[in-house]
Amino acid sequence: MKEKLNQIREEALSAIAADNADVEQIRIKYLGKKGELTSVLRGMGALSSEERPIVGQLANEVRAEVEAALAEKVQALKEQALEKQLKDEKIDVTLPSSPLAMGHLHPLTQMQRRIEEIFIGMGFSIAEGPEVEFDYYNFQALNIPENHPARDTQDTFYITENILLRSQTSPVQVRTMEKQKPPIRIISPGRVFRADAVDATHSPLFHQVEGLVVDKGITMGDLKGMLETFAKTLFGEDARLRFRPHHFPFTEPSAEVDVSCFVCGGKGCRVCKNEGWIEILGAGMVHPFVLENCGIDPNVYSGFAFGMGVERIAMKHYGIDDMRLLYENDVRFLEQF
Amino acid sequence: MNLSKNWLADFVDVSDVNVKDYCDRMTDTGSKVEGYEILGEDIENVVVARILSIAPHENSDHLQICQVDIGSKVEQIVTGAQNIFEGAIVPAAIPVAKLPGNIVIKPGKLRGVESNGMLCSMGELGLTEHDMPGKEPNGILILDESFGDKLGMDIKEALMLNDTVVEFEITSNRPDCLSVIGLARESAVSFDKPFAVKAPVVKCANDGDKISNYLSVSISAPDLCSRYVAGVVKNVKIAPSPLWLRMRLRASGVRPINNIVDITNYVMLEYGQPMHAFDYSCLNGSAIDVRRARDGECFKSLDDIDHTLDSSMLVIADKERAVALAGVMGGANSEIKDDTTTVVFESACFLGTSVRVTAKKNGMRTESSARFEKGLDPENCLGGLERACELVELLGAGEVVNEIIDVYPGKIEPTTLELDVDVINKFLGINVSEGEMKRILTALEFTVDGNKITAPTFRADIGCMNDVAEEIARIYGYNKIESSRIKGETTQGGYTRKQKFEIDVESAMCGMGINQIQTFSFISPKFYDKIRLPADSALRNSVVISNPLGEDTSVMRTTALPSALEVIARNCNFNNDNVKIFEIATVYIPTGADTLPNENKVICAAMYGNCDFYTVKGVCENILKLADIKNAVIRSADDNPSYHPGRYATISVDGKVIGVLGQIHPLTAKNYGVDLPVYACELDFEAIFALMNEAKLYTPLPKFPATTRDFSFVCDEALEFGTIKEEMAKAGGKLVDSIELFDIYRGHQVGENKKSVSIRVTLRASDRTLTVEEAEKVSSKILAGMEKNLGITLRA
Repeated sequence: MKEKLNQIREEALSAIAADNADVEQIRIKYLGKKGELTSVLRGMGALSSEERPIVGQLANEVRAEVEAALAEKVQALKEQALEKQLKDEKIDVTLPSSPLAMGHLHPLTQMQRRIEEIFIGMGFSIAEGPEVEFDYYNFQALNIPENHPARDTQDTFYITENILLRSQTSPVQVRTMEKQKPPIRIISPGRVFRADAVDATHSPLFHQVEGLVVDKGITMGDLKGMLETFAKTLFGEDARLRFRPHHFPFTEPSAEVDVSCFVCGGKGCRVCKNEGWIEILGAGMVHPFVLENCGIDPNVYSGFAFGMGVERIAMKHYGIDDMRLLYENDVRFLEQF
Repeated sequence: MNLSKNWLADFVDVSDVNVKDYCDRMTDTGSKVEGYEILGEDIENVVVARILSIAPHENSDHLQICQVDIGSKVEQIVTGAQNIFEGAIVPAAIPVAKLPGNIVIKPGKLRGVESNGMLCSMGELGLTEHDMPGKEPNGILILDESFGDKLGMDIKEALMLNDTVVEFEITSNRPDCLSVIGLARESAVSFDKPFAVKAPVVKCANDGDKISNYLSVSISAPDLCSRYVAGVVKNVKIAPSPLWLRMRLRASGVRPINNIVDITNYVMLEYGQPMHAFDYSCLNGSAIDVRRARDGECFKSLDDIDHTLDSSMLVIADKERAVALAGVMGGANSEIKDDTTTVVFESACFLGTSVRVTAKKNGMRTESSARFEKGLDPENCLGGLERACELVELLGAGEVVNEIIDVYPGKIEPTTLELDVDVINKFLGINVSEGEMKRILTALEFTVDGNKITAPTFRADIGCMNDVAEEIARIYGYNKIESSRIKGETTQGGYTRKQKFEIDVESAMCGMGINQIQTFSFISPKFYDKIRLPADSALRNSVVISNPLGEDTSVMRTTALPSALEVIARNCNFNNDNVKIFEIATVYIPTGADTLPNENKVICAAMYGNCDFYTVKGVCENILKLADIKNAVIRSADDNPSYHPGRYATISVDGKVIGVLGQIHPLTAKNYGVDLPVYACELDFEAIFALMNEAKLYTPLPKFPATTRDFSFVCDEALEFGTIKEEMAKAGGKLVDSIELFDIYRGHQVGENKKSVSIRVTLRASDRTLTVEEAEKVSSKILAGMEKNLGITLRA
């Protein structure tokens, strides 16, 4: 019987080891109620009492061994099957995605927010004011009386003789100075309106961000320092600024400010029209007339103001060559930002 | 302002500075250079030549063979021109030569005969008949015999074409720089060079005749005319100006006309003083008056356009009629003509705003009015007149009658300020010595006397310390000012709560897959029809722009819906699928004729494609959640013709509507050329912000399990789920944790116009596990309530 048991063991183990082993069949064949091992055990009664425990032990060993082998095989087969299933589940990862919806902020908003964040980091608040504004705030308080030639450069939309669509966000500066005592550090972003027909570089409506700082001892060097920090943050550490004298009725001295071309770095390219510089800002020291008008003593306080067009910066920054795209709102355009 | 560098050289020598450096430095010191042009750059190897002989061409009727003396040798040139003759002095292009328009002249054969060059017309040299008066414009340019000693000379030198023109953009506060002298002064300061203007020298006729024999001047409107200087020239011979003068005008972009008119333009360009010349014989009487026009007075300007004047305008008048619109343009009635023999020169100063308004009203902005409107210096009038008279004598254009008339009611006082070196240094953040400041100011023609500085009268823009600081800074160099950091009290920056909420809404909308748009604030009033706004709707009352660019941008919008639908339509036209867009738009609600409108923000979203009513409802609910508004009620309504009457709802809080949503009415969509279902919502940003709950408090998570009960009610189709839910909540009491819809069934089993609504109610107590009995009790209460209040029962 020992031989029989050893034979069963070998047969069973080799059956299990086979690639195409049917584990259930093997279990029934060897370990089932009518299985070969069981029938051997049944024939144990015919053994002598000396042989019985020896054979019994061997039989148990064989059973345990076969059972273990079976369990191992089952596990292996399961893993195989899973592996096959996963292989079958292979997908084409290059197919178009089915995205979770994501919308895009308008590029003008994105640029405006970037500018805002830079100034907020320098202690500025965001001031807002009406877009439909009194002539007084848009012009007169800013040292631009009626029939002043400076009004020519800003063709203004009028509602009535005294009410207009603001042509700049500077009226917000005046309103702020009327309400708030220095120190003042604000920027006023928003929509402004000028009677320019729509074309690739003009729009009757565009966005400005203007800034105002009023405090004791503010210098023109401070204006330069702040705008340089701004430019380096927005355009990169290599950005340089160039200040050119200019004239604005509400600042004196006044400057136009160019940034070294952020595409070519100043060597000259299409974006900067080979000049190496891109005009981005108007700035200057607040005119004492304007301070006085707002109830701030120019002998005690000084300040600076600056302004920039968001469209212009966004267009140069993103390489947008036609302003109309910004207001057309084609989603294929919007989704690029 | 186009500046001829040849002209500039009369006053300052900057010949050692190359043109690029000149332009850069001038820009740096405040005279912005737009660009420069080197005149004659495109002409090469064209010389003055004399035609020695002309022979016919044997193979051509129209060609002629010329032997041409070009100074150093004789060249054979074949030409087709017919206006030439033996002995004529002409421009000859000698190979290899270049002409304007990238034309290259090489030696060649014309019908078998060698031609070593080309004789040139004025057009081929880039000149016009105004530059070369009296010359044949179509044939070869025949030069005067005076060029006979210039054979072989470069034509650019001979015709004074060599010049460099620098184009300046002059700011409105510096009309003094709209002149060669003004820019020469700036150039001198910028390059630290000497600068001088020679006082004009006028000899006069000295024949016993004097101006009072011709003219008297009165100023009836001294508020509009601060000075009027007049001179008379007799025995005038109208002729072309000499070449040098014509070429200077040409370089400055002014067309030469005749000696007298050219002199007025020359003085305007050189001195910045607009001049006018009248034909004395056309004046009625000898008295000139500077007066306000009469309302309705007629005036024909030099360019033959009729104008009707009013009393806000200033005219120069003789006894009867206006002969010039002061500072703007002369009249046709007293124009200088070829037979003019006596000329009155006017050199006056008119009030800037008056000239500006007059020019604007009459739609004629001239070189003269553009200067006057910026405010000119009356002290410049006399010099201008004297320079004109000097030029008359220099050109031999006539005899200057002795004496001038100078009526000067508005003498101006120069501005005197104190120079505080420390204040200026501190203000600019620089350290410039007192000596250097005084040097700069003196060079700019300020009078410096100790600490007192007096601005020249042509600098009306100087009025306070800042103005002086700017003078110092721009000459010192803006770019040399050292950058610094603000020293002072710290300020707290940041967004306001409302600004922050707006940013949050934008982020939330983007998070929901909606793209932000930016649209114009002004729209066409017709857009109200397009969204089917009722004729009596208050929203049709808009802020109206009095001078719009066009009807389509003529009113300030009172609703953001039309703008959004325009964008929807455009995207639909572009065949873009599944479009979702939003804008936080400002709308403008009028408050009265003399007051500013209310500017309110609305959140407007619109979408088509992969969405339905419940998508846009989800958008609204998410925004309400963002603001933590829990008590908003969304209910159907049908009173908004922009929207589908069966798929439209309002959102209210405590009875106040804070938003609307729904499917756009198919007829509205059709007005935009869209035949897809379009969904939209308009939320009142201001109201939502006002209701926003920022004080969020943590509610402990439930410790005890919930139990659920499902109900299926059969009810009329018209009964809204919202009503059922509300009633269930009321009937169930405080153990009801949530009520969720999970199915709606319609079919013959429940009957026509009926539906079966399946609802799961979750019950929970915060302090214990509910017993079955407790749950059943709530169930019974709900069932009883539903039957009693809504008359509906469980599905059988």
